[in-house]
Amino acid sequence: MVRFLFGRLAVLIPTFIGVSIIAFSFIRLLPGDPVALLSGERVMSPERHAAISAQLGFDRPIVVQYLDYIWGILRGDFGTSIVTKQPILDQFFALFPATLELSFCAIIFAIVLGIPAGIFAAIKRGSFFDQTIMGTALVGYSMPIFWWGLLLIIFFSGILQWTPVSGRISLLYFFPPVTGFMLIDSLISGQAGAFKSAASHLILPTIVLGTIPLAVIARQTRSAMLEVLSEDYVRTARAKGLSPFRVIGIHALRNAMIPVITTIGLQVGVMLAGAILTETIFSWPGIGKWMVDSVFRRDYPVIQGGLLMIAAIIMFVNLIVDLLYGLINPRIRH
Amino acid sequence: MSNDAVTAIAEPQVTRNRRAAEFWYYFSENKGAVIGLVVFAILLVVALLASVIAPHAPSAQYRDAILVPPVWLEGGRAAYPLGTDAVGRDILSRLIYGAQYSLFIGVVVTTIALVGGIIIGVIAGYARGWVDTVIMRVMDIILAFPSLLLALVLVAVLGPGLLNAMIAIALVLQPHFVRLTRAAVMAEKSKDYVTAARVAGAGHFRLMFKTILPNCMAPLIVQATLSFSNAILDAAALGFLGMGAQPPTPEWGTMLAEAREFILRAWWVVTFPGLAILVTVLAINLVGDGLRDALDPKLKRS
Repeated sequence: MVRFLFGRLAVLIPTFIGVSIIAFSFIRLLPGDPVALLSGERVMSPERHAAISAQLGFDRPIVVQYLDYIWGILRGDFGTSIVTKQPILDQFFALFPATLELSFCAIIFAIVLGIPAGIFAAIKRGSFFDQTIMGTALVGYSMPIFWWGLLLIIFFSGILQWTPVSGRISLLYFFPPVTGFMLIDSLISGQAGAFKSAASHLILPTIVLGTIPLAVIARQTRSAMLEVLSEDYVRTARAKGLSPFRVIGIHALRNAMIPVITTIGLQVGVMLAGAILTETIFSWPGIGKWMVDSVFRRDYPVIQGGLLMIAAIIMFVNLIVDLLYGLINPRIRH
Repeated sequence: MSNDAVTAIAEPQVTRNRRAAEFWYYFSENKGAVIGLVVFAILLVVALLASVIAPHAPSAQYRDAILVPPVWLEGGRAAYPLGTDAVGRDILSRLIYGAQYSLFIGVVVTTIALVGGIIIGVIAGYARGWVDTVIMRVMDIILAFPSLLLALVLVAVLGPGLLNAMIAIALVLQPHFVRLTRAAVMAEKSKDYVTAARVAGAGHFRLMFKTILPNCMAPLIVQATLSFSNAILDAAALGFLGMGAQPPTPEWGTMLAEAREFILRAWWVVTFPGLAILVTVLAINLVGDGLRDALDPKLKRS
């Protein structure tokens, strides 16, 4: 297992260096002069240009700039935003809990509905239920989620007036962030109705962000179950006279879950991409919206730092999934 | 002499026909796939004949018809079957022209990603060694970013617009083709027919692209259909975020972005463009599922 871990790390570290080079290069790849871009594209005297260039370190060789950037990151310094002048890492930690809370709820939503739906479809293979579930899953899988979010807003916020249109909690409530997770903070605050407000803000974004993972998990669970159900040991278990519940719930499910866990892990990247759209639609103050806003404000240090941190999160989660996979399925360790 | 040549050519023709028949047998067994194919064919015809079918020009603004509801609602007009948008443009006509953009995006992006991915993947799988390591690490780096985020940042760097969006999406979709091609090439490379061809004196180029590649196509075709729908979705998402096709282009995602502020007043400006995206992507994914069933012997129903 330790060797397996080191093997994975040996691949991850060069990849991460590559990721940092890519994130670092974007700003240098921009057509035009980074100094002019960073200082708001105003006309400036050559002296002022040179001064800003020296202040930002652009007058040094590119390799030195890169090493300096990496050295900063290793000390936890990702630079500061051009627009807000705040350190990027502080902004990231302020916004990340919102994305984490939303993603966590979305993946739970997807797992809780997706796995039972997939199992059920596999057991009743070819039936009307199977076809309905798989048809719905394919629609979910093909869904442009930015449109799906708008439709849900039209229906639940516009026509039924059940849920709010945007944000994380009603402006009526105010309490200091303790954990950064609105559901928990609203409970801690003890204010009447705060939790309900936070939950009602969370429902639609959760559904929107969870839709594609839900469809993917349902499809993957079904095909994994179908494969396992045709194995000899399942037939043996049946022949022994075990109850169908035991055969499916214990014998089949445990082995079918191996590929499903990988699939769930792979959804993290999908979720972070989905968060960009979901957070934009619902004005959810997380890192997805932060990245989109930064792209529009041309806040390049933020884009650079954000790209790097998001890639690091995805790589970290993939590593965890690989390790988990190695634990459940010893065959792949070698 | 000439007779021998004829049989030599005719025989592969027969097996090819038989293979096509077998393929169609498995494909047509999947009703969803056939429906998807029909819908896709209709979309293709609509896109090709857009200028004939569309009742209005896509950017013609009718000042007397702003936010007119669809024809079946009160206040709807027969001239605008699906209603009009906030500046009085006919939504149906814009959707019809939008089909051109979406299918064009899908074809171009998939072609670039497929061709690029195959060339890089075949080289990686055939050469192995440090070439392979370098190529695969670069692909890992691209895959470490969420595809939409990477495409978004790339477009921000290159400048917003449809062409740059297509380049960015092709770049982020390409690693999947590289990985698939490489895996297939590695599996095929050690087989006897490849060794035979090598012994017979075939050069590297011929071995890579004429001997090995045709036997690796099945998973690539399936991936290509997936990429086709992904390209349409991502391009629409970029358009929606304001980084893809720019207004007044009747691209479906861009139409949604323009319609966003009217969602609670005029549902039709939002509903129809998204529905068009969903139907197109769904049709292509249905075809993709059918192709996978028909081409992948492992998943064939016994």
